[in-house]
Amino acid sequence: MEYRQHRLKNGLNILAECNPQAYTSAFGFFVRTGARDETSEISGVSHFLEHMVFKGTPNRSAAQVNLELDEMGSSSNARTGEESTIYHAAVLPEFQGQVVELLSDIMRPSLRIDDFETEKQVIIEEIKMYDDQPPYGGYERMMSEFFGNHPLGQSVLGTVDSVSGLTPESMMSYFKERYSPSNICFAGAGKIDFDKLVEDLDQHCGAWTPFSPERSTKPADYRTGFVSMHKPNSHQQYILQMAAGPSSEQEIRFATAVMSSIIGDDSGSRLYWEFLDSGLAESAGMGGYDYQGSGAIMSFICCSPEQAQENLGRLAKLQQKIRKEGITQKELNLAKRKIASHIVLASERTNSRMFSIGAQWLSEESFKTVAEIAAIYESVTLDQIHEALEAFPLDQNMTVTVGPCENLAAPN
Amino acid sequence: MEQQIFHHTYENGITLVAQPMPWLESAAFSIAVPAGCRYDALSQRGIANFVCEMVQRGCGDLNSREFIEALESLGVDYSSSASLYNTNFGGAMQAAQLHDALRIYADVLQRPAFPEDQLEDGRLVCFQEIASLGDDLAQRALQKLRTNFYGSIDGRNCEGTLETVQSITLDDIRNFYDRHYRPNGLIIACAGKLEFDSLKAHVGELFQNWHPKPDPTVTTEPATHGVEHIVHESEQTHIAIAYPGVPYSHENYYLNRGAIGVLSGGMSSRLFTEVREKRGLCYTVFASCHTLKDKGAVLCYSGTTNERAQETLDVIIEELQKMALGIKEDELRRLKVQIRSGMVMQQESCRGRAGSIAGDWFHLGRVRTLDEVNQKINELTVESINEYLAANPPQSFDIVTLGPQPLEFEANGISATQA
Repeated sequence: MEYRQHRLKNGLNILAECNPQAYTSAFGFFVRTGARDETSEISGVSHFLEHMVFKGTPNRSAAQVNLELDEMGSSSNARTGEESTIYHAAVLPEFQGQVVELLSDIMRPSLRIDDFETEKQVIIEEIKMYDDQPPYGGYERMMSEFFGNHPLGQSVLGTVDSVSGLTPESMMSYFKERYSPSNICFAGAGKIDFDKLVEDLDQHCGAWTPFSPERSTKPADYRTGFVSMHKPNSHQQYILQMAAGPSSEQEIRFATAVMSSIIGDDSGSRLYWEFLDSGLAESAGMGGYDYQGSGAIMSFICCSPEQAQENLGRLAKLQQKIRKEGITQKELNLAKRKIASHIVLASERTNSRMFSIGAQWLSEESFKTVAEIAAIYESVTLDQIHEALEAFPLDQNMTVTVGPCENLAAPN
Repeated sequence: MEQQIFHHTYENGITLVAQPMPWLESAAFSIAVPAGCRYDALSQRGIANFVCEMVQRGCGDLNSREFIEALESLGVDYSSSASLYNTNFGGAMQAAQLHDALRIYADVLQRPAFPEDQLEDGRLVCFQEIASLGDDLAQRALQKLRTNFYGSIDGRNCEGTLETVQSITLDDIRNFYDRHYRPNGLIIACAGKLEFDSLKAHVGELFQNWHPKPDPTVTTEPATHGVEHIVHESEQTHIAIAYPGVPYSHENYYLNRGAIGVLSGGMSSRLFTEVREKRGLCYTVFASCHTLKDKGAVLCYSGTTNERAQETLDVIIEELQKMALGIKEDELRRLKVQIRSGMVMQQESCRGRAGSIAGDWFHLGRVRTLDEVNQKINELTVESINEYLAANPPQSFDIVTLGPQPLEFEANGISATQA
């Protein structure tokens, strides 16, 4: 296992974990851009652009891009979030050169008008699809309520109106403000010929003009409150709750992640015993959302409408109890054991290694090996967990609930 | 890539099947107990699922909480579920813990305590699983489709209904367990960093005192088939289509699998191209092979806004019918690379492999090695697939739509109306 790094003259970062024993190779472009970098007039443009990247370049039609990805037997996809857009493909090692060339080419998309209008319909279908899926827009509402006017409160998908109003020109000008090579990392993992990778990327991407994209990372002013969204034909009630959490630069994020596992993992956690083992909820959990400059911890519960008010009270009581009494060494030990096991299982998939490397670059431009990450989690102490509980009080939160209930209220 | 599959069937009928993956640091198991929901009595629908919940609420010397803690202290990422034929227990972990994890599951399977004070909590968990289906509109459409296509037993979901689960007593649970949790027909599949001889000895010791039980009788109910609409005020109309396929064990399985790969195997596949890429009708569209032990289906799904749903259904049906005219050389070439690539990627996951070899053993009584599958894929030709498609053209569609308005469908000579 060898870790290699290179930066092209125009600033494009290349990071790879090269494992000659691997059977596959995974690659991805990680672009530091997302919903937080949009204005309200172009809400949804990052995600729409992510779709348009697969719609062809001066060298290839949309159909050709799809054909070539399939001809390599690649497992490829893309995703857009609040602060990143990721394009990735896993292939057999023999396709390294071909897939790197293709991924590089599509990163300079044509945005042809016919493709643009057709794909706009697909985006609108995607928005409608999520409107039919729990928690029915509750997550977007939560982000906007919790972060208020901070850019992290902006929707990734946008709305039917905002997406309908987008044009190839407005998308191209967003592209020209965000897709600087200095704002992009190319990450790889698996069986990789690194010297060839650098040579190829230099050839395909070396001419990309660098500039300096800007992003405001000022900390958010988190809001608290209770918001109820009425969704009469939903069967279940969905409760989402956000409290302040560590940003992606803060060391305390590792202890906070262990704390989240102890309180909200899908097995054996405090929420598990309170809500799942007892059958009081269909699902319950907790997880961290780290961003540059700001962060959140989200708890969620899905349960029957009849049980929702009582569960809100139970959740509040549980949070107060944890804050007052802390957690035990036994809980910490079990959580560490579980995390160590997850790290080993995840490290065996080249795709998940590639994501880990790219994600680390997005947040801190550094790289940690699997062993280093495992050691950090292993070193977390009970004191650090209690420090995290103190720094990020779960009972000071924004609650958004969606479902058939009309009269839910914040617990006392 | 070297692939060795070992298997051993013990005197009491348990089969251990294992694939060493020495390049990994992890290991996984997948246990299939022949106690699926097809054995649920009509008045006790959901009982296999309820028993699956209850065997994990205390077993051997462990109470409910100690059981979970024991798994967590081994770092086992575990799961369980009832399916039509089997109740499945699975886990993945660091390789050194595999034997200890199996020791815990030996208690789950042979020595469940069924504590009375856990019954109502367990029942509530089962209610939650029923409730969770309510908001998953795509699953609701597909579930109804499977029931219509396979009949009310072979096409059933394992959760049962609120009424039937409410009526189940602790005695019912003990009875179901006594009859159906048995070594004969039970499969234990393991994959990962493991050594077969010591695993075989360990499993033999764990289960040596468990005695075979008589095979239960199985009933089936005829399929209803047809076209059905479920009225729901949703943003999208959810379209689910089924037509006859072949089961995994059938000699034509890979011919059908090849055809469905061309239809829905990648971003250049026909459905993705025609429905999404060219017309922008949907975000999700797919077709896939679904298999029971003795019969199979092709299941298709798309979700699309209501005003465009009719066009989406029409285009999908047109593409399905067009399959009878055959596939092309370049489509088959892409498909072969995709399947080969997918098989190699599966070798990175012991969990995936444990599940696969358990499934192979259940359906075939043996495991298809990578070499064998590779050979079958290489043998596929445009001619062989087209011959199959000409003899078995997609037709006799069963359709379930869920949304505000029914759609028109003429291909079977029936027009869709609310059932």
